Amino acid sequence: MAEKVLEVRRLSVSFDTYAGKVQAVRDISFELKRGETLALVGESGCGKSVTCRSIMGLLAKNAKVEGGEILFENRDLLKLSNSAMRSTRGGKIAMIFQDPMTSLDPTMKIGKQIAETVRLHKPVTRAAAKQRAVELLALVGIEEPEKRYHQYPHEFSGGQRQRIVIAIALAADPQILIADEPTTALDVTMQAQILDLIKEIQKKTGASVIFITHDLGVVANVADRVAVMYAGRIIEIGQADEVFYDPRHPYTWGLLASMPTLTTNDETLYAIPGTPPTLIDPAPGDAFAPRNPWALEADRLAEPPLFPVSDTHFAATWLLDERAPKIDPPESIVLRAQAFRKRQSERSASL
Amino acid sequence: MKRWSKYIGKRLFYMALTLLIIASATFFLMNVLPGTPYNNQDRLTAAQLEMLNKKYGFDQPLFQRYINYLKNILHGDFGISLQFSDQPVATLLSQRMGPSIQLGLQAVLFGTVVGVFLGVIAAMHQNKFLDVFCSLFAITGRSVPNFVVAVLLQLLFAITLNWLPIGLWNEGFRSTILPTLALSISPMAESCRFIRTEMVEVLSSDYIELARAKGMSEIRIAFSHGLRNALIPLITVLGPMTVSLMTGSLVVENIFAVPGIGEQFTKSILSNDYYTIMAVTILFSALLVAVIFLTDILYQIIDPRVRVEGAK
Ligand SMILES: Nc1ncnc2c1ncn2[C@@H]1O[C@H](COP(=O)(O)OP(=O)(O)OP(=O)(O)O)[C@@H](O)[C@H]1O
Ligand code: SF4
Ligand SMILES: [Mg+2]
Repeated sequence: MAEKVLEVRRLSVSFDTYAGKVQAVRDISFELKRGETLALVGESGCGKSVTCRSIMGLLAKNAKVEGGEILFENRDLLKLSNSAMRSTRGGKIAMIFQDPMTSLDPTMKIGKQIAETVRLHKPVTRAAAKQRAVELLALVGIEEPEKRYHQYPHEFSGGQRQRIVIAIALAADPQILIADEPTTALDVTMQAQILDLIKEIQKKTGASVIFITHDLGVVANVADRVAVMYAGRIIEIGQADEVFYDPRHPYTWGLLASMPTLTTNDETLYAIPGTPPTLIDPAPGDAFAPRNPWALEADRLAEPPLFPVSDTHFAATWLLDERAPKIDPPESIVLRAQAFRKRQSERSASL
Repeated sequence: MKRWSKYIGKRLFYMALTLLIIASATFFLMNVLPGTPYNNQDRLTAAQLEMLNKKYGFDQPLFQRYINYLKNILHGDFGISLQFSDQPVATLLSQRMGPSIQLGLQAVLFGTVVGVFLGVIAAMHQNKFLDVFCSLFAITGRSVPNFVVAVLLQLLFAITLNWLPIGLWNEGFRSTILPTLALSISPMAESCRFIRTEMVEVLSSDYIELARAKGMSEIRIAFSHGLRNALIPLITVLGPMTVSLMTGSLVVENIFAVPGIGEQFTKSILSNDYYTIMAVTILFSALLVAVIFLTDILYQIIDPRVRVEGAK
């Protein structure tokens, strides 16, 4: 089993707002292994970005870390001084943002924006940094990098700009790459190219990737493991196969049922009823209960812990409690599960 | 390149047109000004008046005088000052240009540099003490007229502390300090307010967030990526800033007895020195039009986004 590079333990983050305290992230734990891609999925507002910003030390001014630890290289990132955090951020842990059209400084040559990052984290000369920037441009697939080094962001397309943003993220050879919806703002063909690029880079550099998205199709394409977030909590986490083909949490069922696949058509697409709960003074019990057709009495009283499904697969639903009645997931999910088990057994038989 | 020369040609044409309109308007307005250039007209006999009018060309019909005036201007002849007997206006003004230009440049330079710095500090400490302090300063600077500032400066530094001369232009750089300060208040306040607004917006933009994610320090972010983007639009207020400087200089030069154009202008208005008034008006307008033209060009050179569209 690959070693851990990052471990988030019982992290809670809230925001002070005029309306009250927003509990954006509530008691989440997960770990990231060397070289793997962990996908964070969930509806808008479930706390994916806040989780990543906590790791980067880039939380908004009104944010408060209520508790928990983020362990990286035997240190708690939450306890680092500003300057110590700065050398980690952008150096060993780097981030790719959502909107490439606005993420680059419009008044600075793109080459300089990359070289600047190299020099921030490595004691190299100007010339060496420039050389490195040109290499990075080539690495992310920008043609004629020497010439394009001297151009400004507006001279590039959206996809190219995202490649440049990725080059900036790679400038200091990070061990962890956090990609916060890096393809959401791009059109479909671009999305595929950028995904391929990230996968390729990961193969070359051996970096671990945290990939945020609300597009399960993208997840299926890139992730080794998947964590599903809902209302600030991780409600299911496991190997990608486990979460896709043997989901246990009703919210994951809903997400998967609402995802188009080759075998579904638009009419059978499912939409989860209701809207995400408010994160100010959440009601007791499971936050998903009001939208959950399978909700039990217990759900409205206490929040379920993460029950283990396998060594690597956990889900936070009372349905997994031994006292709970046996409930059948929706048909499409059952079909997936069957297909999954069949494949698993075939695989183990062939071994 | 061709596009550029066409653009510049067009702009120059409109500048000339603007100046012509201003010159004409002032010329005709001057004629409805009450009073005459002679300060003791009552005591002049009709014959003396006629002689003087003839000497200065006031006996010709208005339109004829207008045409003559424009013709002369084209040859660089702005007429004769009525105030200082028979000095050509052009000579008179060129002697006075130096102090005005020096004061103006010093004030713009000092004012914008300090103002930009204060604006950046304010934006970085949004809504905290330093921000409130800078904003208060900017509001005061914009609302207190500069002649009040001028007098207060004289009171404090010349009379009470006796550090600097109260006026006149005879102690070299030391003489320029107080008038420069008085004049710099308005560009300082203007650029402080402007940069603060721009910076607050810039600092919340995505590329600043990316700069933070690179691991850059806040100070470096503010002064490299932040200021870079906030400064470009500042160029657009350089024009209006120059206007307020020039109007400011009219009074401030008087208060400090600086032998500049502004002081000359005030004197000429008080004595109905038509040709000098005209010349100063045209000079100021020409300066203003030129500044606006230059800032437009500068904007295009500096902002890479505008540059390509304009020059390709
Ligand atoms: N600065 C802030 N002040 C107050 N509330 C905030 C702040 N930042 C985030 N939140 C709240 O925290 C919650 C989680 O936000 P987050 O940005 O992590 O969502 P997300 O999962 O990334 O969603 P999306 O898919 O839309 O990006 C949301 O309810 C949001 O309103
Ligand atoms: S704990 Fe209850 S409400 Fe929450 S997901 Fe499971 S069954 Fe639904
Ligand atoms: Mg987000």
